[in-house]
Formats: sequence, C-alpha cells, structure tokens
Amino acid sequence: MTFLEMQHVSKVYGEGAAEVHALRGIELSVDAGQLVAVMGPSGSGKSTLLTIAGSLEEPTSGEVLVDGEPLGAMSPNERARLRRRTIGYVFQDFNLLAGLTAAENVSLPLELDGVPAKPARAAGVQALEELGLGERADRFPDELSGGERQRVAIARAVVGERRLLLADEPSGALDSANGEAVMRLIRAACQRGVAGVVVTHDAQLASWADRVVFLRDGMVVDQTMPPPGPESLLAPIRTP
Amino acid sequence: MSVRHALLALLSEGPKYGLQLRQEFEARTGEVWPLNVGQVYTTLQRLERDGLVESEGDEEGPQKGYSITAEGEAELASWLRTPPDLSSPPRDELVIKVLVALHMPGVDVHEVVQAHRHYLVQLMQEWTRLKEYAADRDLAFALAVDAELYRLDSVVRWLDAADGRIKRAALEEREGAPTALPRAPRKVEVPR
Repeated sequence: MTFLEMQHVSKVYGEGAAEVHALRGIELSVDAGQLVAVMGPSGSGKSTLLTIAGSLEEPTSGEVLVDGEPLGAMSPNERARLRRRTIGYVFQDFNLLAGLTAAENVSLPLELDGVPAKPARAAGVQALEELGLGERADRFPDELSGGERQRVAIARAVVGERRLLLADEPSGALDSANGEAVMRLIRAACQRGVAGVVVTHDAQLASWADRVVFLRDGMVVDQTMPPPGPESLLAPIRTP
Repeated sequence: MSVRHALLALLSEGPKYGLQLRQEFEARTGEVWPLNVGQVYTTLQRLERDGLVESEGDEEGPQKGYSITAEGEAELASWLRTPPDLSSPPRDELVIKVLVALHMPGVDVHEVVQAHRHYLVQLMQEWTRLKEYAADRDLAFALAVDAELYRLDSVVRWLDAADGRIKRAALEEREGAPTALPRAPRKVEVPR
C-alpha cells in the first residue's frame, strides 16, 4: 500500500536569471512498512525533497499525496494536523527543545494535538522505554549524549499514530555505533508499518533501506531493488 | 586469508583433530571464508614438514591429532604483527574504467560512475541486511561484514568525489574561470 506519493514534483527558487531548479519532475512512492533512502551529493535537492514530502514546503508544480490525500487540496489547518498526527521528522541536529525534558519533548506533538497532558506524557515515556531510554525520561537534552538525543528525536517522530517518518542525515553527527543504533530503530519503526524516507549522502546509512533512490541535480537518476532475504544471501557463502 | 596462520592460531589454544580444526576455522571467520577438507589436511602436512606443528598417530584423516611447536608459536606471533602489503597502489580496474570514460567521445562519464555506484550500493544493502539479521549473535561475522561494508563504502566515496570533481572541471572549462570551490587564501592573517 503506497503511503507517500510524489507525482512530477518540481521546486524552483528565485526568478529570472537567479532561478534555481531544486527539484525537477520527481516521481517517488513509498509503501507503508518500507524504508527508502534518497542518496545524493549536497545541492542535489535531497533536503528540499524531504521538506516537500513532509508538507513543510510547497512544490512549485506537481502533487504530493499522503495516504492517498493530495496535500495541495488541504487547508493550512488540515496540513498542520497532518504534521502533528501523521508525520514524524528527524534531523541531523536533533532539534529538541532545551527547556523540556526528554519525555516532554516526545509528548509535545501529542499535547499540541489536544491529547491531555497525562496520557500524552505516558505515551512519551512508553516511546522512550521502547528505545531503551526509560530511565532518561526526566533528563533535559543537555544532560544526554548525542546518541541519546537522537533516540529521543526518533521517539518523538514515532510517538502516537505516526505513519510517515522523514529523516534528514539522522546519524550525521554520531559515531558509527550510535549511527547503526539509529538506523536499527528506524528499520524497526518501518517493520511496524511506518513508511520511512531517509535522505543522506552516506552509502553506509543508505544501505539500511529497502530501496535506494539516487538524486542528481534535482532529478531521480536511478534506484536499486530491495535486497533479497537473509537465507538467499547466506547460501552462496555456506557452499564450500 | 592465510589458512596456514589461521590453523596455527587455532592450535595455539591446545592440540586439536583435523576435523575439529576445519569446523572451528569456519566458525571463527563467521563462515565468510569457506574451506574445503583437502585444503585443511594439505596445509597441516606442510606445517608439519616445516616443523611448525607436530602430529600424533600414523593414520591420515579427520581423526589425526595436531599440536603447535615452539617454532610455530614464534611464526604465529610474528605473522600477527606483520602489516599486510598496502603500500603500493593496486591497479584498480574501476579507476581505470572511469579514467578511460573521461576521454571517450559520446560517453557520459557520470552515467558510468552511477552504474558502478548502483552496483556497490546494492551490494552494501545486501551486506547490511545480513548484519541486521545475523550480526547480533555472532561477533566474528559482524566484524567481517563491517570490513566489507567499509571497503565498499570507500569505493562509493571515491566515486562521489570523482563525480563532483569531474562536474566542477566541466564547469570551469565552460566558463573559463574557476567557479566551484573556494581556494584557500595564500596568506592567513593571525588574529591577535
């Protein structure tokens, strides 16, 4: 089941001689339960693609559908509700609010969406527990390590009924062990049915995805197929 | 992979039978380097000929027992600390293909680079999937898979760097002046 669909999406910044084509005719569909990596060098349009998919920015032309609903046909209020309820974002620099504890950061989107403080807070603590951070729930971001902060950001991105996870270089600032842990958590969220998009320039990060889409100068130039299951991968190795 | 030294390493833990050596070799290398039976026994015979191991019993085969000699211990210690030869650059087929494509009329070198990048990333996806399923349970396997992923990653990074460098060079040629990356200033002012 396709959950996110981008249909011939283009984005132009500026006008006349200063015109910059950030995206040109992007076609991309992501199924529920699937993790797609968008890989490309800086300036290829990766981050623009992600912000448009997440309705943080509007395309110049083309259409984005989330769960079959075109974003262009929604009112600003409807789009804001979609961002609070359905879409979770993870950024390289974590974007946690410094004045809130880990649990308060995670429960914030629920509270903004009208969930009363107590159940919202309980859902926040539960999301942290699932990521192995239950004991850190009352800590403030500056009391947490980089790896822990990114796990809090992932908990915030998947809390409640979120079904689309959008991540921009989610392990960019982390060492390899924490980076791997972050990718395992994103994979786990997708295995529970979330549709995921990770944009990155890093092949090791991208290789956690079911499908890797290559972006160059704002265009999709190529994509890989999902890797086979573990049994067929081990078979040639085991044969003496 | 030096089968010879791997067998010496296994024997440094104590005397073992031929069959046992083969099974432990496969387990320790995360089954990434399969070994055939004949290879184990011929290697053991050579090690014995060179005085690095001793055997008990006359009958050749899986039940013959082996132990390491003092000379074998010394050889193993020296091998572990000897760096493999990484000094001279290998004649890298991929580098040659990209260099050739650069000057061929009618060939888009970026498309050639992407064909190789596609292949490498697909391979990395397969290794990562293996790591995801199996590496939690097996340290040797996780280490071997990481080595493969870092190796492939370094090739992808070279392709990315080459792609960018070729693109900037084409821009400079078209516009007649360096436009892409700022150069470092010749004199650096030290603030006081």
